[in-house]
Amino acid sequence: MTHDDTATLAAIVREAYDRQTPLEIVGGGTRRHLGRAPDGQPLPLASHSGVVEYEPSGFVVTVRAGTTLHDLDAVLSREGQKVTVDIPRFSSTSTVGGAIAAGFTGPGRPYTGALRDSVLGTRIISGTGQVLTFGGKVLKNVAGFDVSRLMVGAFGTLGVILDVTLRVSRCPEDVQVIEFEMSWSDARERLKRWEGDLPLTGAFYHRGVLSVRLAGRAARVTAAVRELGGERGRPEVFTELRDLALEFFRAPGSLWRLLVPPDSPWDPQETLIDWAGAQRFWVTLAPAQKVREKALQYGGQAVWVWGPDRSEGPWAAPPAATMALLTRVKAALDPQAILNRGRLYPDW
Amino acid sequence: MKEFTEQKATTLPTAFWRSLRRILPADGLLTKPTQVAVYECDGLPVYRARPLAVALPRTRAQVGLVLALCSRYGVPVVARGAGTGLSGGALPHAHGIVLSLARLNRIVAIDPHNRTARLEPGVRNIAVSEAAAPYGLFYAPDPSSQIACTIGGNVAENAGGVHCLKYGLTTHNVLAVQFFTADGVLHEVGGVTGEGPLDLLALLVGSEGLLGVVVEVMVRLTPKPPATVALLAAFRSLGEAAASVSAVIGEGIIPAGLELMDALALSAAQDYIGIPYPPDSQAVVLAEVDGDLATIELDVAHVRRLLLGHGAFAIEEARSEEDRRRLWLGRKSAFPAVGRLAPDYYCMDGTIPRSALVSVLAEIGERSRHYGLPVANVFHAGDGNLHPLILYDAKIPGELERVEELGAEILRLCLAYGGTISGEHGVGVEKLDGMCAQFTAAELATFHALKSAFDPHHLLNPGKAVPTPARCVEPGGMHVHGGRLPFSSLERF
Ligand SMILES: Cc1cc2nc3c(=O)[nH]c(=O)nc-3n(C[C@H](O)[C@H](O)[C@H](O)COP(=O)(O)OP(=O)(O)OC[C@H]3O[C@@H](n4cnc5c(N)ncnc54)[C@H](O)[C@@H]3O)c2cc1C
Repeated sequence: MTHDDTATLAAIVREAYDRQTPLEIVGGGTRRHLGRAPDGQPLPLASHSGVVEYEPSGFVVTVRAGTTLHDLDAVLSREGQKVTVDIPRFSSTSTVGGAIAAGFTGPGRPYTGALRDSVLGTRIISGTGQVLTFGGKVLKNVAGFDVSRLMVGAFGTLGVILDVTLRVSRCPEDVQVIEFEMSWSDARERLKRWEGDLPLTGAFYHRGVLSVRLAGRAARVTAAVRELGGERGRPEVFTELRDLALEFFRAPGSLWRLLVPPDSPWDPQETLIDWAGAQRFWVTLAPAQKVREKALQYGGQAVWVWGPDRSEGPWAAPPAATMALLTRVKAALDPQAILNRGRLYPDW
Repeated sequence: MKEFTEQKATTLPTAFWRSLRRILPADGLLTKPTQVAVYECDGLPVYRARPLAVALPRTRAQVGLVLALCSRYGVPVVARGAGTGLSGGALPHAHGIVLSLARLNRIVAIDPHNRTARLEPGVRNIAVSEAAAPYGLFYAPDPSSQIACTIGGNVAENAGGVHCLKYGLTTHNVLAVQFFTADGVLHEVGGVTGEGPLDLLALLVGSEGLLGVVVEVMVRLTPKPPATVALLAAFRSLGEAAASVSAVIGEGIIPAGLELMDALALSAAQDYIGIPYPPDSQAVVLAEVDGDLATIELDVAHVRRLLLGHGAFAIEEARSEEDRRRLWLGRKSAFPAVGRLAPDYYCMDGTIPRSALVSVLAEIGERSRHYGLPVANVFHAGDGNLHPLILYDAKIPGELERVEELGAEILRLCLAYGGTISGEHGVGVEKLDGMCAQFTAAELATFHALKSAFDPHHLLNPGKAVPTPARCVEPGGMHVHGGRLPFSSLERF
């Protein structure tokens, strides 16, 4: 279960670089349906696994990318700790590396931060087969460009992630979910009022119901539940939302995330509003262009998550000059475009 | 003083100067030595260089045109905010121009509903919180230089502050940035949630003006916490104080701020501000807890227990704003206070894992005794960001060299404990050597490759932040001579 595969992996990447043959980086394989379909020989990371360093009193853990989130949770929970940020787990084989590469953050995002906020350092294999370390294991670090955070959400197109150093936190003593029936505009007003004032760690709105998660010290959570009233909700509902496993996500069509100013109005389309308003999930058969335009109207952007037509890709191409800049950044780390070729954009 | 680059008679065609004048407003181009002199250095005045000219555009369009022109003529450009940087990041290039963003100082919009602000780069940090205050909001990163430093400079340095332990650094609070690459092309990265196809925002924050010139920043605004309580705990030994910090962190409590001052810093602060610390204090820990009232009561009780359990013999508590300011006063004036103890001091900036505080402080003490050079410690203990201040007299021959040796040893100590050579002051010109200790040649080459992706001809702030692999000597620190610091009236750190 714990094994350092660095040398072997680096040799494979080096050879692929020399031959200019693409590689598909595979962790637990549970995020393969996200993003475009990559070209290339599979490069399995699952055997590069285990905790490298864990100092409970420092609230930092360094873990190999092939470690499953499930195993990491087990190690941390023995110390009463958990990863600070809310990371989706699509199944028990979801790996840390895959999670970083896909860059998804669960419903805790407005309260416990984005995945990239919890990443303090990484060790990677570049597209030329070099093993490189960026960032570190301390909270404040301004030496060098922040290449560690650059890895988050890059879908493995900039490097093979070997190890990641993550912030961890104490497990909450108590977690409660409560629900309220109300309009979206009322819900949004309340969420604004409650921020910083209540131990909130999640809030979503669906079918006229606002669900909030309260977590932290037992006494505080109990008091908050008493203060707020509302109905008790199912505790698992936030985990299912995090893992995109709610009934809602099973509707036919493409799943989209619309990232919009949180105060944007509720759209009559069947949507699920997460992140206290900033993330709107849509499952729709509408053409990609329509969805992207809709997000633009709100002053936001749409990210394609999954669906029948994988050629779409998560992100629309930015304006030509910025696309050229992204392409040069890609080439700086992976000059032959061998890593997960085509996963984010065609040909790179 | 170190003249960074020899001033050579560089001759740029008159066409360049004519175009530059045409782009800029009538009062927007400084070329006379007397006008340019104030731009010769930033907050680290031992490094100085005179630029060919200083451009002061008023609009973003002018910024783009200046860059495009400089790119055409191959003229180096050093962006500059308020010039409060402490690592020489805004040090001019002798064959280039300084591009001051100070006049782009409009708050474009405050959106209280979505809790964001859009800012031009020259807006001063404090001005954002002031503009947000009527809505019960504030901009969280609060460097001590906040009345002077600009948002553009904060983005470039990934600035932190006393409250970043809980609220994060600049990188955690910036959602989107508009910037020009060296060729004068405008780009926008990030968005309402800070996400994008590649996280170029992460690269740009902390890039010290090497990758692009920032012309607009969208930041997150945070609701003001309902209540705040500050605690000052006095200890009979530095070890106990450091252990209490590790204990608070080890319990998983995240105070808004958690600072430590050692005996030397305390006696200096006490003499300077005239407010006594409990007698026999060998170290003091300042903890600030904020949030809703109910949580605060729980946290304050818990922190108190931990401080007492680790040997605190006196604890003062402050709830009103007035009382809190009094508790913080010594901490905030500690740097100028220490500056009075010796003719010169040298300020280090490194970070270590917080669990190593006790050992690292003890080792710094040992090395200080070994060198016979006093070291005062006043720092962001909660996030492990050390600022050891080495006291010395530069007039004694060979003394500065010994200080630099001790400084280098301290930075190597930070690295040995798994830390970093800079927690918040940046690399600039000052820590180029330290970069070689922290990164391999291949890693440095990667930084250069990224630089080239943004700026293929290396015209933006060339020679800063990332050393060429050839230059690897020894780590450096921040020098202060004759107790005279630029911006000496500002609170420090
Ligand atoms: C008294 C004092 C206290 C301080 N306290 C703190 C502290 O608590 N925490 C902390 O982190 N720092 C602190 N600093 C350091 C300094 O204030 C910060 O680094 C600040 O962010 C610099 O902002 P500035 O506007 O002065 O930038 P400058 O010094 O003008 O420039 C800094 C760097 O940013 C680049 N730059 C500036 N504007 C732009 C732009 N628009 N686009 C691209 N690049 C740009 C410059 O080229 C340079 O490399 C302190 C400094 C002083 C003098």
